[in-house]
Amino acid sequence: MNELDLWIMTGIIFTPAVFALLLLLPVFGKGREDLMRYTALVGTFITLLLTILLFIDFLGMMDQFLPTGHVEKTHLGYRMDQAAVQDVEARKPYDRDLTARVRWIERFNIDYALGVDGISMALLLLTALLSFLALIASWNIEHNLKGYLVLYLILETGMLGTFLALDFFLFYIFWEVMLLPMYFLIGIWGGPRREYAAIKFFLYTLLGSVFILIAILGFYFKDLSSFEEHLKTEMTQAKAAADAAQAGPNDPLRRQAEAAELEWKAVRALVEREKTSAEAPVNTFDIFLLHKLGRESSKLLARVDEAERNFAKALEATGSDAADQVRQAREAVDAARSAVEKNKDWLFSRDFQMVMFLLLFIGFAIKVPMVPFHTWLPDAHVEAPTPISMILAGVLLKMGGYGILRIAYPICPLAAYELAWYLGLFGVISIVYGAFAAMAQTDFKKLVAYSSVSHMGYVILGIAVWTTLDRSSFWSWGMNGAMYQMLAHGISSAGMFFMVGVIYDRAHHRDLNRFGGLNNAMPVYSALSAVIFFAALGLPGLCGFVGEFFTILGTWNFSVVFAVLAALTVVITAAYILWTLQRVYLGSNPAYEGYPDINARELLVAVPLVILAVVMGVYPSLILYWMEPSVTGLVRSLASIFGS
Amino acid sequence: MLPTINLAELQSSLIAFAPELLLAGGIVVLLLLRMVPSLERLHLGYLALFVVVAALVASWIEWVNGEYDTRPAFAGMVTADALTVYMRLLLLGFTGLVIILTLLTGLPEREESCDFQVMLLGATLGMLLMCSATHLLMVYIAVEMASLPSYALAGFLKLRRQSSEAALKYVVYGGAASGVMLYGISLLAGRFGTGYLPEVAAGFAVAMQRGPVDAALLVGLLMILVGLAFKLSAVPFHFWCPDVFEGAAAEVGAFLSVASKGAAVALTGRFTLAMVGGLPNEWATPETWQGVAIYLGPALAFLAAITATFGNLAAYAQTNLKRLLAYSTIAHAGYMLMPLATLTREGLDAALFYLIAYLFMNLGAFAVVAILRDQTGTEDLSGYGGMIQRAPVLTVTMAVFLLSLVGLPPLMGYMVKFQIFAALWKSYQDFNNTGLVVLLVIGLLNTVISLFYYVRVLKVMIIDPVPEGTAGLVRIPSGQIIFVTLLAVVVTVGIVAWDPLALQGSGRAVSQFRPIKPAGAPSASAPAAAVSAR
Repeated sequence: MNELDLWIMTGIIFTPAVFALLLLLPVFGKGREDLMRYTALVGTFITLLLTILLFIDFLGMMDQFLPTGHVEKTHLGYRMDQAAVQDVEARKPYDRDLTARVRWIERFNIDYALGVDGISMALLLLTALLSFLALIASWNIEHNLKGYLVLYLILETGMLGTFLALDFFLFYIFWEVMLLPMYFLIGIWGGPRREYAAIKFFLYTLLGSVFILIAILGFYFKDLSSFEEHLKTEMTQAKAAADAAQAGPNDPLRRQAEAAELEWKAVRALVEREKTSAEAPVNTFDIFLLHKLGRESSKLLARVDEAERNFAKALEATGSDAADQVRQAREAVDAARSAVEKNKDWLFSRDFQMVMFLLLFIGFAIKVPMVPFHTWLPDAHVEAPTPISMILAGVLLKMGGYGILRIAYPICPLAAYELAWYLGLFGVISIVYGAFAAMAQTDFKKLVAYSSVSHMGYVILGIAVWTTLDRSSFWSWGMNGAMYQMLAHGISSAGMFFMVGVIYDRAHHRDLNRFGGLNNAMPVYSALSAVIFFAALGLPGLCGFVGEFFTILGTWNFSVVFAVLAALTVVITAAYILWTLQRVYLGSNPAYEGYPDINARELLVAVPLVILAVVMGVYPSLILYWMEPSVTGLVRSLASIFGS
Repeated sequence: MLPTINLAELQSSLIAFAPELLLAGGIVVLLLLRMVPSLERLHLGYLALFVVVAALVASWIEWVNGEYDTRPAFAGMVTADALTVYMRLLLLGFTGLVIILTLLTGLPEREESCDFQVMLLGATLGMLLMCSATHLLMVYIAVEMASLPSYALAGFLKLRRQSSEAALKYVVYGGAASGVMLYGISLLAGRFGTGYLPEVAAGFAVAMQRGPVDAALLVGLLMILVGLAFKLSAVPFHFWCPDVFEGAAAEVGAFLSVASKGAAVALTGRFTLAMVGGLPNEWATPETWQGVAIYLGPALAFLAAITATFGNLAAYAQTNLKRLLAYSTIAHAGYMLMPLATLTREGLDAALFYLIAYLFMNLGAFAVVAILRDQTGTEDLSGYGGMIQRAPVLTVTMAVFLLSLVGLPPLMGYMVKFQIFAALWKSYQDFNNTGLVVLLVIGLLNTVISLFYYVRVLKVMIIDPVPEGTAGLVRIPSGQIIFVTLLAVVVTVGIVAWDPLALQGSGRAVSQFRPIKPAGAPSASAPAAAVSAR
């Protein structure tokens, strides 16, 4: 148990919770508000430091493997497999593979499993940073401060835990832990319609998580006792293929065979750990084990499809050996079908995958939020206090995207593949609808809220553009674009909400039509706002551009219509953002003269966001370098399922 | 075959039922102490607590030793198997907590404490017998033994009209329900010539296999279910529940809602599992129980679904907190019936496991209501406005209890609810019974519905302003604060004890039941042959 990475990750998750408990101590009584604030700030700061420490470790691991061309060794699934095998074959006491697995609830085979890869690392950094900045933005919360800080810190624990958990059950717990603090943070410290907005948020997301819970149960009760056997056959075949080709140690075939062997060993280790008696079923919540089940199921089902296609082709064939071909094709169909039948204990059948995928997808899409599940978002955003809006837009929406990437897609690839077009369609609808809705708003916050719907639509679209393996670089563009868009949106939307909050603190209203001329009174504030808003607009050189560009690039290959619509919406986005800038900052309005410019505390929040928006815009490789291998690895493993 | 009683068996039976005997002895002592005038100033709550703790220790020793006498005791009337001992631990522990609560809130005045504690212990004794009954006659007697003191407890606030009304309603409904149940028992016992559950089950199996379904048998079964449903306060036999809970003191409400329901869950589980051949006997094969199961399963599932749904929907309209909690307990009865509808060992396991968390969270919620009643004099939701400022600790603990009742992770309520849903899905998969998945979805949707009214209470307590004209900070004795805080801590961190509670607790409690496999699995012997052989 002396694994350093386990303790770092645990520390990241629970430091905020520990500080929340600390705040409950009687020392923090009335009249010590500043002490409470600084204590909470220290809590989020320590969390941020730990996250950066983890990031440094992660970079070290990337530097170790990437230059040697062993990309697969950086993949989280690979590292989890390795750790599972090592668990059996005496584990090194001091390992830095950035995964951890501790037995937790044996009754249901639940592990306390954590791990990071490029995808979760990026979102972790975003979460830790935004939590720190939003706490600075919370400095002017006066009413019931203690409660606010405690709930805020619990919320942070939930968010960080969600991104680190690799056990579906653990993931779900953290996922749900976020709901309640959010409800109260909106409901107590929110605007005039806060109660309505808070309960709407709560009910929507709880309904979503109930969908997810059904899927969790569905996956869990698949009996994977015989899965190991199947992997063994696959491995043997891969080895035979590699031997037949006389592949060297660095040949792709050989590497495939080795990866298959590791997988088999890992699954065997995990299954044997659970096997209590010969006939007792083995169930799991392990997300990466479920990935494997989903992948192998989809492969088997795809083989049946392919065999049936070949059979149909063979029937039409003419020639001397037509009968032979038909016979062979029929045998192939029978073999593929019997393989499905043989493995039916653990197989995720097509219908099962469809139902489960839809449950998961809707559950996550509510969080994203994707049209038509988005209606909670404008209400929640408008009513929430500024820092909570920042968290909501900056982090919580990303949970949806993360869930789709990490859970829905890899576990039900067949369903994702067959529904890809519809998912893309909903992504495009979100993009277009969100942009037009944003244009119609007169409430500053509502405008930003609808712009979030639009921007998160790119995430759905980027994920959805499924391609075959030989063209997987296009999908990779889309998927990387989606990830980058999530990060960029995290920065820009949090920044926008903060900027709106700054002016709201001074003007006490958010009516776009009553603003104007702020540039004269608050030049620094206006300049910083302009950068953030341009970043949201997708101006080249700022962070928003990269994600959208990648996404559209990936989409072009998938559907030209989608790509064109998504690209054209950038114009609409430009229109409403420029119009907003014009209405708020330009011109002159005597009502706002003499407003104090942005103060030091506010600068402390705004400047890091502005810097990030610029840096991420001009130098995307800074992030892509370590994020892209994980995303591309995911894309390739998914794309390889359905042949070429 | 009913075992005949002999001296050696009597002796072992007496030892196995030491906790019950301790309780009975305690009751007698309490009653006698009343005769002694010089002891009048003594608060008898402590003595009652001592008796309960002694019985609890006796049960604990039995549990730890783990050697249960699964043979029927007292000529097959009752049995002290793992389920019995498990329920003893739960119920005695719970009764102990309730007595502590009454000592803290001072519900019975000193001079009345004897009456109150005697009835509390008497009801507990009846409930313990409900959990161990293996004979229809004993089922009836135990239900009555548990009910009669409960009626009196409901009417304990003698000067309140509502309380007397509640007691009367309870008596009338209870009397009618047990009458129906007794009639059902007579139908079955008369037909089979025995009331011993495994033999009744075997008789049922044979009757079901022989040919056309005998309506009288099904009616008898249904009538017994009516009696059980009444104790569970399942819809449509729940009408007494809100009125009784509103009229009775919150402490009594807490006792009835957990202990009475818990005993009913154990009894229903034992009865239904026995009916489908869950108790070890030579007739138990998949084919034999299928005949009863096709009636029993859907009936329980239907009962569970409407109970949970109705309870949650009706709770939404309530303004009195005790009434609201009453409907919430109805809904929870529905949740606990859901796994029982699977008619499997795992289902009973899940229901028994549910009781662990239900005990703490429901007691906690009622305790908060009782404490606030004492201090503010109101039980209406409207009087709870802005309670976070007036009684911060109580409000936070109340939030923990209510959210646990919703079933939000990582609270204990989630842990137990998850196991229920898991049991439903497992049975759905094992038996390919789509109805169970429908039940699962209903259960999950109910969770969402229930969120609405639980959170409404929290909204009033936390978000709403303090109503004008109410006093400021509520002064609460530290004993009460510590009591609810401890309960809240248990509910919050209970999830870490999932494994021991599930594997060593409820999992062990159902260990003597035969795992029921889907029909088609190889059967040991034909039932008819086995019955005729005896």
